[in-house]
Amino acid sequence: MKKEIRITPIKKGTAIDHLNAGSAYKLLEVLDLKDLTLTLGINVESRKMGRKDIIFIEGRELSQKEMDKIALIGKGATLNIIKNSEIVNKTELSYPQKVEGIMRCINPKCITNAEKITSKFLISKNPLQAQCFYCEIKFGDKEIAEAVKK
Amino acid sequence: MKGHLAAKPVKKANSNHFLSDVISISDFSRQTIELVLTQAAKLEKMPREKKAKILQNKLVATLFLEPSTRTRLSFESAAQNLGAKVVSLSEPQTSSLSKGESFSDTIKMANGYADIIVVRHSFDGAARRAAEVCTKPIVNAGDGANQHPSQTLLDLYTIYKEFGKIDGLKIMMAGDLKYGRTVHSLMYALSHFKDVTVYLYSPVGLEMPKYIIEETKNLKIHQTNNLEKFIPNVDIIYATRIQKERFPDELEYQKVKNAYVITNELISKAKKGVKIMHPLPRITEIAQEVDSTPAALYFTQAANGIPVREAILSLLQDVKK
Repeated sequence: MKKEIRITPIKKGTAIDHLNAGSAYKLLEVLDLKDLTLTLGINVESRKMGRKDIIFIEGRELSQKEMDKIALIGKGATLNIIKNSEIVNKTELSYPQKVEGIMRCINPKCITNAEKITSKFLISKNPLQAQCFYCEIKFGDKEIAEAVKK
Repeated sequence: MKGHLAAKPVKKANSNHFLSDVISISDFSRQTIELVLTQAAKLEKMPREKKAKILQNKLVATLFLEPSTRTRLSFESAAQNLGAKVVSLSEPQTSSLSKGESFSDTIKMANGYADIIVVRHSFDGAARRAAEVCTKPIVNAGDGANQHPSQTLLDLYTIYKEFGKIDGLKIMMAGDLKYGRTVHSLMYALSHFKDVTVYLYSPVGLEMPKYIIEETKNLKIHQTNNLEKFIPNVDIIYATRIQKERFPDELEYQKVKNAYVITNELISKAKKGVKIMHPLPRITEIAQEVDSTPAALYFTQAANGIPVREAILSLLQDVKK
C-alpha cells in the first residue's frame, strides 16, 4: 500500500516533532512565529506516542528560550534542524534546570505578580515540577503548561 | 540550656559560616540552625553592657509593610539590646509606597543607609526579592503566607532550651496543619535532626499537605484524627490556631473552630514533663487553666523571640554579599 504523505517536508528550517497531542495550540500561543510559514500536524498517528502533534517552521532556527518553552509544554519533544531537505541535527529536548522570564507564577500573591520582576523558576524532573525562586510555590506539569507565557 | 549542640559557639560572626540573608527556613542546614541556637544561648548569658556593644554604630531598618506588633517590637528590642540604632517604617500609608513607589525601590533606598534590613510584606516572595536587590543583609519577618524563619528558629530554641536536645524527641502538631505556616516550616526544620517522631493531629480537612510529608521523609510521621491516641507518647504538643481568615466559607470554619481544646484533663494523660507550645495568639485551643501548669511553655516561647532575633542580627553583622 502506498504511504500517504499528509505533510510536505520543508527544505530549510525546524521541525518540532513528538509533541504531546494537543500541545501545538499552546505552543503557537507562546512562540513568536508570526510572518513565518508554518505547517502543522495535529493528532497525527505515531507508532511511539499513539497520537502526536508536529510543527514545521520554515526558514528559522529557535532560540534557547523558545526551546525551553517547547520542552516544558511538549514534554519529550524532538527538535530537527533541516537544511537542504535533510535533517542535519536531531535533539530530544530535555527540561531546563532553571528558567527566567518565560513563565508567570501561578500564585496570585507572589511578588512577581505585583511588580515588574523577571520571574525565575527551578525545574525538577520525575515528576516535572517548577518552584518559584521568590515565593517558593511548587506546581506540576499541567500548571506549568498554563504558566508559560509569550 | 541543658545540653550541647554540635556546632561550635560563634567567636565572630562570619559570612563564611552563616547565611548572607535570613529569608527561608529552606535555606538552613542543621549547622546553620545550630549556629543561631548557640548564639542565642550565648547572648542570653551575656551581660547587658557587653551585649550592647555588638551592633554599636550600626543601623537596623525595620520595614513593616504589613501590620505586626509582636514581631516588630521583638526585632526592634533585639536590635536595641545589641546597641544598634533602629529606624522603623510601620505605616506604609505614610511612606513613598503610598505614592506608588515599588517595593524594590523602597528596599534600594533603605540599602543606602541601613546596615541590616528587617522586612515584613504581605506578598509571598517579597523578602527574597529584597535580598536580590540589596547589598545589605535582609531578614524576613514574614512574607505573606510563605516564610517566617525567625518564628521557626525561636520554636527550635525553645525546644532545645527545655529538653537540651532536639534529636530523638516526639512532637505532636495539633490544629490547622493545612494552612499553618509555622507547622510547615517546623516540619522542614525538624527534618534536619535525627530520630524525631512527629504525630500530626488535625480536624478532617485541615491535614498536613502531602508534599510536605513527602519532603520530610527523615521524620517518623504518624497522622491521626484522634487527639488522645498518641498523647501518652509525646514530649511536646505544638498547638496551632484554626485560622478563621483562611476559610473561604464561614460555615466550614464554624464546623471546626472548636475541634480541639487542650485541657488539664488531657495533659494528665500525657507523660510527666510534657510541654505545650503555641505560636500565639491562641483562641480556644488551650484552656486558660493550663497557663499556670508546668506544661505551659508558650509564653516562654514568645519571650525566646528576643535572644533568637538578637542571634540572627548579630550573626549577620559582618556579612559581605
